[in-house]
Amino acid sequence: MSDAPLQAREVTLAYDGTVVARELTVAIPAHGFTAIVGPNACGKSTLLRALVRMLKPRAGSVLLDGAEITSLPTKQVARRIGLLPQSSVAPDGITVEELVARGRHPHQRLLRQWSREDERAVREAMEQTAVDQLADQLVDELSGGQRQRVWLAMALAQATPLLLLDEPTTFLDIAHQMEVLDLCAELHGRGRTLVAVLHDLNHACRYATHLIAMRDGAVVAQGPPSEIVTAELVERVFGLRCLVVPCPASGAPMVVPAARAPGGGGARPAGQPAALASQLSA
Amino acid sequence: MSSALASARRPARAHVVRVGETVSLRLRRRPLVAGAALVALVLALLVVSVGTGDFPIGPAGVVKALVGQGDAGTVFVVRDLRLPRAVCALLIGVALAISGAVFQALTRNPLGSPDIIGFQQGASVGALFVITVLGASGVAVNGGALAGGAVCALAVYGLAFKRGGTSGYRLILVGIAIGFLMLSLVNYLLARARVEQAEEATRWLLGSLNGRGWSDVVPLAVVLAALLPALPAAARALRALELGDDSAHALGVRVERARLALVALAVALVAASTVAAGPVAFVALTAPQIARRLARAPSPPLLCSALTGTAIVLAADVAAQRLVPGTTLPVGVMTGAFGGLYLAWLLSTEWRRGRA
Repeated sequence: MSDAPLQAREVTLAYDGTVVARELTVAIPAHGFTAIVGPNACGKSTLLRALVRMLKPRAGSVLLDGAEITSLPTKQVARRIGLLPQSSVAPDGITVEELVARGRHPHQRLLRQWSREDERAVREAMEQTAVDQLADQLVDELSGGQRQRVWLAMALAQATPLLLLDEPTTFLDIAHQMEVLDLCAELHGRGRTLVAVLHDLNHACRYATHLIAMRDGAVVAQGPPSEIVTAELVERVFGLRCLVVPCPASGAPMVVPAARAPGGGGARPAGQPAALASQLSA
Repeated sequence: MSSALASARRPARAHVVRVGETVSLRLRRRPLVAGAALVALVLALLVVSVGTGDFPIGPAGVVKALVGQGDAGTVFVVRDLRLPRAVCALLIGVALAISGAVFQALTRNPLGSPDIIGFQQGASVGALFVITVLGASGVAVNGGALAGGAVCALAVYGLAFKRGGTSGYRLILVGIAIGFLMLSLVNYLLARARVEQAEEATRWLLGSLNGRGWSDVVPLAVVLAALLPALPAAARALRALELGDDSAHALGVRVERARLALVALAVALVAASTVAAGPVAFVALTAPQIARRLARAPSPPLLCSALTGTAIVLAADVAAQRLVPGTTLPVGVMTGAFGGLYLAWLLSTEWRRGRA
């Protein structure tokens, strides 16, 4: 399938004995910027882990370019899909350039440690993420926002057509969140297929071209944000009563939590028991 | 094939050597310089180790005797009496240091070395069991040490690495716990042993090169010759693994398989060295960290660690033989004293940085 380089077909995902998601079917559109959204513990990061074959599905299959992903050589997958994980460890005393260069791992061999292609990819990745000025600095000494750009540069240096990001904006302040998302939009503009797990629904609406909304381990809706994001969907997915209005800056759908009813139960809609909310955040 | 020496963007830091399109090596200056200096130091220590003693031989005489020239007596002393001991020290240093470097990189912690995480204590229990309970000696002791070390390594691995993706801390804590358990077994075995058995056991426990001949060197050399070709691949896997399991996976490394292979490599190396000379303390712990600082590398560099380990064991052995005239101390006493100081320093500095 040329229009969906990566897809999951009826995958059931489980950690040890606990089933987290059942019979998910999603298609990642080529050259799109897909955002996976949903409440905490809805299985969105788990889906991402399955898409990058870090979690083997209990049932169903993940297809990369039409081929069963688990049947492909690991290295070949690593040349097609890059990942920015939620947490990574920078070795003590490593410089920015050295760390970015580690992204070339799947393209290198024992005797081909640093080809001209490696050199070019690393330089471009650092330029695109604007960390080329920091090349000789130690990663330990950078700010959170800079560090996230360096990790992104490492994933870019891997030069994969698909790039998956697991909550790339967590722990960043709002300016740096925007910076990272703008960078993602830029990469998307250059033709990369992006998939990101995002916490903030408004960020997802503003930047993504395709949305996968999940709840309780199931996909509730998929499609372009402008078509699928409605007050009804947000209530169904997050259990939040809200207004959906056009964003004054971008025109994308913007979710505004409903005003607190006087003396009432807050943004939680009437008839939505507290038990459900706690179940969602469990 | 055309050969080209192209320099990278910052020639002071890294040189790239390219041969055609298929071969390109990235060489950093600092590890090269450190490595060359270490090689010179090791060679000098070898000459000192072989040349000094009750029958002193000058450096020129040592070199001549090594290639088989000079009088028969000198050649005999150099080649058959002193060289095996020196070569044994050299190989033990290599094996221990690489084992320590691999464990430290895997656990991302300078304390993650086989002498801290229980392997050597397990080997000690095995050896002592053979000496004191079975009353055997020689090859049987080696067998006991191997079995004890292997059981201990399996226990630590099973407890710390099950369900995959464990943190380095877990391995170290489980290892320390098992290490103490083994230590109490060692003390128990020593307490119930007869005096002469206890004496032999204590000698083994200290780690010694006294009276090592070519028959001790050959098995160790064979193990090293078999395992060392895997080092470049090991180093490559470690560079990815030290970024965290998720990143390593994304870079195309089969995390579980690579980690198991690396642990097996490290355990085999430390086992071979323990069989040859007993549990020589603290080399696996200190050498990789010293090498890391010498090479200014983000993680323990395997080759520089090996050279540093060799230099430490050789120097410790020379000191053990010559420090107290008339007596030859076990090499483990020297590495233990030196390593203890280093460990105290390491813990105090790492603690301040909030890591250990």
